[in-house]
Amino acid sequence: MHEQLTQLVELLPELWTALGQTLTMLGIGLAAAVLLGGPLGILLFLVSPGQSLANRWLAAPLGWFVNTVRSLPFIVLLVALVPLTRVIAGTSIGPLAAAVPLSCAAIPYFARLVEQNLREVPRGVIEAAHAMGASEWQIVLRVLLVESRSGLVLALTVLAISFLSYSAVAGVVGGGGIGDLAIRYGYYRFETGVMVATVALLVVIVQLIQLTGNRVARHLDKR
Amino acid sequence: MMSAAPLLRLAGLRKSFALPDGGRFDAVRGVSLTVHAGEIYGIAGRSGAGKSTLLRLVNLLERPDAGSVTVDGQELTALSKRELRAARQNIGMIFQGFHLLQNATVADNVAFPLRIHGGRTRAQIARRVTECLDLVGLLDKAASFPAQLSGGQKQRVAIARALASGPAVLLCDEPTSALDAETTRQILRTLADVRQRLGVTILIVSHELDVLAALCDRVAIVEDGLVAEELRLDQPRATTALGRELLGLRPATVPQERRHA
Repeated sequence: MHEQLTQLVELLPELWTALGQTLTMLGIGLAAAVLLGGPLGILLFLVSPGQSLANRWLAAPLGWFVNTVRSLPFIVLLVALVPLTRVIAGTSIGPLAAAVPLSCAAIPYFARLVEQNLREVPRGVIEAAHAMGASEWQIVLRVLLVESRSGLVLALTVLAISFLSYSAVAGVVGGGGIGDLAIRYGYYRFETGVMVATVALLVVIVQLIQLTGNRVARHLDKR
Repeated sequence: MMSAAPLLRLAGLRKSFALPDGGRFDAVRGVSLTVHAGEIYGIAGRSGAGKSTLLRLVNLLERPDAGSVTVDGQELTALSKRELRAARQNIGMIFQGFHLLQNATVADNVAFPLRIHGGRTRAQIARRVTECLDLVGLLDKAASFPAQLSGGQKQRVAIARALASGPAVLLCDEPTSALDAETTRQILRTLADVRQRLGVTILIVSHELDVLAALCDRVAIVEDGLVAEELRLDQPRATTALGRELLGLRPATVPQERRHA
């Protein structure tokens, strides 16, 4: 027990580094998801059948693209994207490099979550906005996003938690992070104390993300 | 009482929908109507008669397959998308399900049509929102969210929102069908009051004949996508069964005569 504690204390600096790496990967992945996946999700919704910009020639390829990326196991995507990662990040090792495949997986994932949430906005409210003379753009900003905002926050929460575990997988290609630390010390070196500590840290992070997400969503939801 | 110029002219409107089995359903099969400024005009009919579709053709929520819609001298069917959006400021609409933004306050809901069209300062918008909420008697609810209101209050917010941009016409799609009898009476009073004070022309669709009997000057009976009969509420006889039923429901005192000082 004492020995394990010493191991852990010696490892603290590395644990901090790993935490920073995990948060870097997560932050970049989530930012990409919101900035690129969000608009993609709005587009998926608007061009789907029965919506105001319904367009089957756009909806089909977009849906196909999103499904294809989402159907790749993350570890396959991670390896397959190495050339692209080298171009974007300049290297294929480290948290910044790992953020590239993470982002690529997060974008279509979040796009689908956004699309689903927008579907929950009652048709009548969109129609009322049309009747008042709102443009498509105004309907997106002033109706769809406003009415679905608590669901969107919860979607982002789900995404953050899934990608926390994806970021552990990214450690495999040298991404670093908490998951990588757990594998290297806890698993390969049989240092159970390290394994337990990293897992505990992950549990705490997940709880914090979920708690924050729930609180923000509840605050935003006036329905 | 009313000017001779028609405020609303529907000419030869037709609309059909594709059915899942590949056939077509003719919802509106050639309807022409004229509504005068300041009039309250009802559209009555059984479910599926095409009355709601007819109303939705007036502000082009549904594009007619044929025919034209002219509101306040402007032929809507000839306008571009952008022009139509601007023209819709002149046509308010309320619905059976209210369709308010749930995550926006009452004041923000009423401000919605003012904000999307621009050209108004914040102060002008705030003043107009206050006026409209005052008109429907909900000034004290400005900061509330719709979920905190009763059905009748929600519909009054919807009326305030529909009137915010100062429309010449108010379209009402089953405005009281989700409400109980007492709340229905309140909404009818509000609508009559709005016409009295603002001179807004009201076109109302309802399957509740007593609502139409209490509120309207004239009513079109719609059957099977056509106007089967158009009648004044003060005429003695009707030819259709629905028309006779409607005339039988007229209140002893005509409600649209001024009830407020």
